[in-house]
Amino acid sequence: MKTDKGPATFGHKHLLGIEQLAAEDITLIMETADSFKEISTRTIKKVPALRGKTVINLFYEPSTRTRTSFEIAEKRLSADSINIAVSTSAVVKGESLKDTVKTLMAMQPDIIVMRHQNGGAPHFLTQIVDASVINAGDGIHEHPTQALLDLFTIIEKKQAVKGLVVTIAGDIAHSRVARSNILCLAKMGATVRVAGPPTMIPAGIQKMGARVFHRFEEACQDADVVMMLRLQTERQAEGLFSTLREYNRLWGLSARMLRYAKKDAIVMHPGPMNRGVEIDPEIADGSRSVILDQVENGIAVRMAVLYLLSGGTGDITE
Amino acid sequence: MPAKTPPPGRLKILDAKDIDRILTRIAHEIIERNSGAGNIVLVGIRTGGIFLARRLKARIDAVEGTDVPMGVIDITLYRDDILTRHKKPLVGKTVIDAGIEDRTVVLVDDVLFTGRTIRAALDALMDFGRPARIQVAVLVDRGRRELPIHADFVGRTVVTAPDEQVEVWLTEMGKKLRDQAVVFKKGSAG
Repeated sequence: MKTDKGPATFGHKHLLGIEQLAAEDITLIMETADSFKEISTRTIKKVPALRGKTVINLFYEPSTRTRTSFEIAEKRLSADSINIAVSTSAVVKGESLKDTVKTLMAMQPDIIVMRHQNGGAPHFLTQIVDASVINAGDGIHEHPTQALLDLFTIIEKKQAVKGLVVTIAGDIAHSRVARSNILCLAKMGATVRVAGPPTMIPAGIQKMGARVFHRFEEACQDADVVMMLRLQTERQAEGLFSTLREYNRLWGLSARMLRYAKKDAIVMHPGPMNRGVEIDPEIADGSRSVILDQVENGIAVRMAVLYLLSGGTGDITE
Repeated sequence: MPAKTPPPGRLKILDAKDIDRILTRIAHEIIERNSGAGNIVLVGIRTGGIFLARRLKARIDAVEGTDVPMGVIDITLYRDDILTRHKKPLVGKTVIDAGIEDRTVVLVDDVLFTGRTIRAALDALMDFGRPARIQVAVLVDRGRRELPIHADFVGRTVVTAPDEQVEVWLTEMGKKLRDQAVVFKKGSAG
């Protein structure tokens, strides 16, 4: 029993953020995901790799696509998956995170996929559980699997990521997607630009490896990838911008704006989209949009992460 | 051929000429057993099996004037030890464009040992359809089966000890390798 390149070592028990990953780890996830993508094209879209493993999807924030994507990934690996959504759980009755998790641990899960409104919650979880923890988005901190699926999509469309110019635009300050993507793309050798109104650009973002632009036209100039972020309209009360109409005119991705980017530039969005706000419908549905590819690739990337984190001891011998 | 007490270090059990003759014989056996090559799909098990399957295809096509479909199968995700190991084998792709429905699948691997690889390959194949039948072709059968599995076409049967390793090296694997099958003690540098 030999593989092409011998056994691969993924020296992590948890996936808390891109920050903890080395470029080699990210490359290994990409290569593994590439093989997993084929499984979703089969008639029987299932392999027995995680048979008998229990995965709990613990979601403290509403999520449809991330949770569904993880759930499909788990099922295609034959794991037993359980969804716990906060609104239907004992948490609304006042149970603390620690008590919830201790209860869950009595059910002996092998992996916990967690989304939480507070940054660092998955990290806290690793201190009280034996299971592997996957961060499915924590506050405004990180959303590592989103950055990995974005990277996978970029590599799929552009063959490589090194040297590409990637523009991330919108509410950078409140975006865990942006933070994970900046870290990931910088580690993999891309040139990262961030763009948005000054109220949405956090101080010190340059230290993460991104260059800041305050005019969208300049940020898009000769870009290979334009990645739009969802405008979090629920934060509108903070007065970060004046009107949706003005936001769309200055920071919405329109056909006019996209002309500044390279001719073969691709358009990305993590979803859910506010059509007509941060992205015009004809761009979202246009030929350069890879938004649906992102969703599809999310399954393969999450399968790869689940596979690489699923424990055990000892080495592959023969 | 099997040495009762293998000398220290590496023992060559097949050289390039042997492998060439064996593959020619197996190609003919496959054609004979299936009354032609019309309904056959050759599926190589990653990695060594792929190269052997390609060589068998070339020989079968030359004799029969066919274009026998080829496939590649990666059994990593079907292994029975996958969850007990910490280091994960790199997962490769499975590609069988021709499909296996109602065809005779000839699984090709380099070494048949415990039978666990073939067991995993059988499970994997079943997820791709319902073949008419499955046959197994291997270059070396080293015995020591742990499952009730047998090969239909065998290049050379070799008696081995549990602490020995059998490897087939082929020129396609690179690194200036010459075709050969070797046996050596586990732990000693092959």
